[in-house]
Amino acid sequence: MSKNPYSPWLATISGIKQEAVGERPIKTFKLVLEDEEIRNNFSFIPGQCIMVSLFGTGECFFAISSSPTQKEYIEVSVLKLGKVTTELHQYEPGDSVGLRGPYGNHFNVKEWEGKNLLFIGGGIGQAPLRSIINFALDKREKYANLDIIYGARSTNDLCYKEEFAELGKRDDVNIHLSIDVEEEGWNEYVGFVPDNLKRLNPTPDNTIAITCGPPIMIKYVIQNLEDLGFEDDQIFTTLEMRMKCGIGICGRCNIGNLYVCKDGPVFSYGQLRNLEGDM
Amino acid sequence: METLILQKDKLTKLIEKLSSSHVLYGPIEENGFSLFKQIRDFKELNLKYLLTRVPPKSLIFKQTETLFKFIPGRKGTVTSSEINEEKSIIFAIRPCDARSFKILDPVFEGNFEDPFYISKRKNTVLIGLTCNSPEKNCFCTSFDDSPGSTENVDILFTDLDDKFFVEVVTEKGKNLIKSIEDVFEKSTKNDEDSKRNIVTNSVESITRKMDLDGLVPKLDKMFDHELWHNTAQKCIGCGICTYLCPTCHCFDMQDESSLREGARIRVWDSCMYPEYTHHASGHNPRAIRMSRVRNRVYHKFSYFPKNEDITACTGCGRCIDYCPVNIDIIDVIEKVGVIANE
Repeated sequence: MSKNPYSPWLATISGIKQEAVGERPIKTFKLVLEDEEIRNNFSFIPGQCIMVSLFGTGECFFAISSSPTQKEYIEVSVLKLGKVTTELHQYEPGDSVGLRGPYGNHFNVKEWEGKNLLFIGGGIGQAPLRSIINFALDKREKYANLDIIYGARSTNDLCYKEEFAELGKRDDVNIHLSIDVEEEGWNEYVGFVPDNLKRLNPTPDNTIAITCGPPIMIKYVIQNLEDLGFEDDQIFTTLEMRMKCGIGICGRCNIGNLYVCKDGPVFSYGQLRNLEGDM
Repeated sequence: METLILQKDKLTKLIEKLSSSHVLYGPIEENGFSLFKQIRDFKELNLKYLLTRVPPKSLIFKQTETLFKFIPGRKGTVTSSEINEEKSIIFAIRPCDARSFKILDPVFEGNFEDPFYISKRKNTVLIGLTCNSPEKNCFCTSFDDSPGSTENVDILFTDLDDKFFVEVVTEKGKNLIKSIEDVFEKSTKNDEDSKRNIVTNSVESITRKMDLDGLVPKLDKMFDHELWHNTAQKCIGCGICTYLCPTCHCFDMQDESSLREGARIRVWDSCMYPEYTHHASGHNPRAIRMSRVRNRVYHKFSYFPKNEDITACTGCGRCIDYCPVNIDIIDVIEKVGVIANE
């Protein structure tokens, strides 16, 4: 009999980093699969997701936020919001979770070699982008310009602050951070992410734009990208839905005839534009 | 195809034999409800039902099913995951209900095979029963199915009054019959003709028809039509149309646990409930009833045929029979046709 696809492998939390604080806390969890053989065979491409189980609480579908070039562990960045994520935020290093995957499609990292990559993230939406950003940085010679536009409501809500500070010292990647409302000591852009994008006025020439964030942000980012001359097939986003099985059977994550868990989560704007469905 | 005769007085013997080698399921009445359940005694069997209220889908894709057991908590782990491999028979399944498995198979075979469904499917022999007198909301013939179809069963029984005409369709069916050969008799050309007549009459008595012609492209143009608002006005969101549908396959997964042990369980769910798609953020892509009613129709008549090349409806009529506010799927589809032709 074939493997039970609902039964997860065991993984240990090897480290936890508090990314965002305040009312909407975000933590990044480092997960290490316990079984050596499973660990060595686990591979994924940026954009793909995993199901993380808390035994007795439930399961959640998360984008992997680490790069596949990082072999030691798999990371997920989790906003404390519902039942499972609230419980997970109580977990400590050494605790066990279930893990199954990887699921879904991925960013076209091969096809995009030689191109400029423009990342536009908002809030927790930076998590899946971090995977491909770190991947591209580890294979830096394969990609042209790398630009990261990232914003959150406040400095409390900004993820990966130290990583951005490190990247800021490099001259082969450009970081453009923002917060929505003025704060003392903040020297970068104040305003919404789509406005920051407009202000920076990036060229669509040989560029792929990849965006993830709250639905309202994605909407205006896409609008502004089109104004800047980006074509449908130069714009990519990664979506999420409420999910249970993660493998296209339980039915709830559809947009039109596509399931976000298996046909997504990565969609081109061209695909989305032609898709009539509830989002 | 091998054909045989079973005299009605041998039915007791047949049930006895089948239930000694297999877990035998058949239509029974329980507390006024009809459903398929395990039968050990011939007397439990109730063949007067055309369609049981709950479709026999519930035997292959169970309403609740343990996916695996675990020790709960932060030091928790998976302790066991068992897949039931028992040999079973579903006796007196109607051709439309048998067809529902053909529709469900590609979903559970998927990118990641669902071993719970697949194992039961493989280990179950389907013994069909021809519908001699269809009911008022039967419309299987709209899907090129027939009340006497052998297409999706292993063996088909047809009631010829004093005896059953038995058609042995598949290898699986042959193997089963081989082990119980002595209860059957040879059939004659007359018996075959009798079955043909019964099916002809049965087909003629089906009055309802769903117009499926060009339905997918028609629906493509109607996503924002007011028809969905109008249809949803009546709906009370009870979900019975989905629970009794032989082709609905949506489920929820829940952890049930005490301090020391727990299990992840799947239970049938329904797209008619707002919680079904409610995100933890508060966002809900189908927050209003209109979008849920629309999604049910589109899933069956547009998305499913687009993905699997088959319409996710068998024409059993249960959703029409049991809808408390008389929403009639044939009428809805008829309206789609009228609007598309305007």
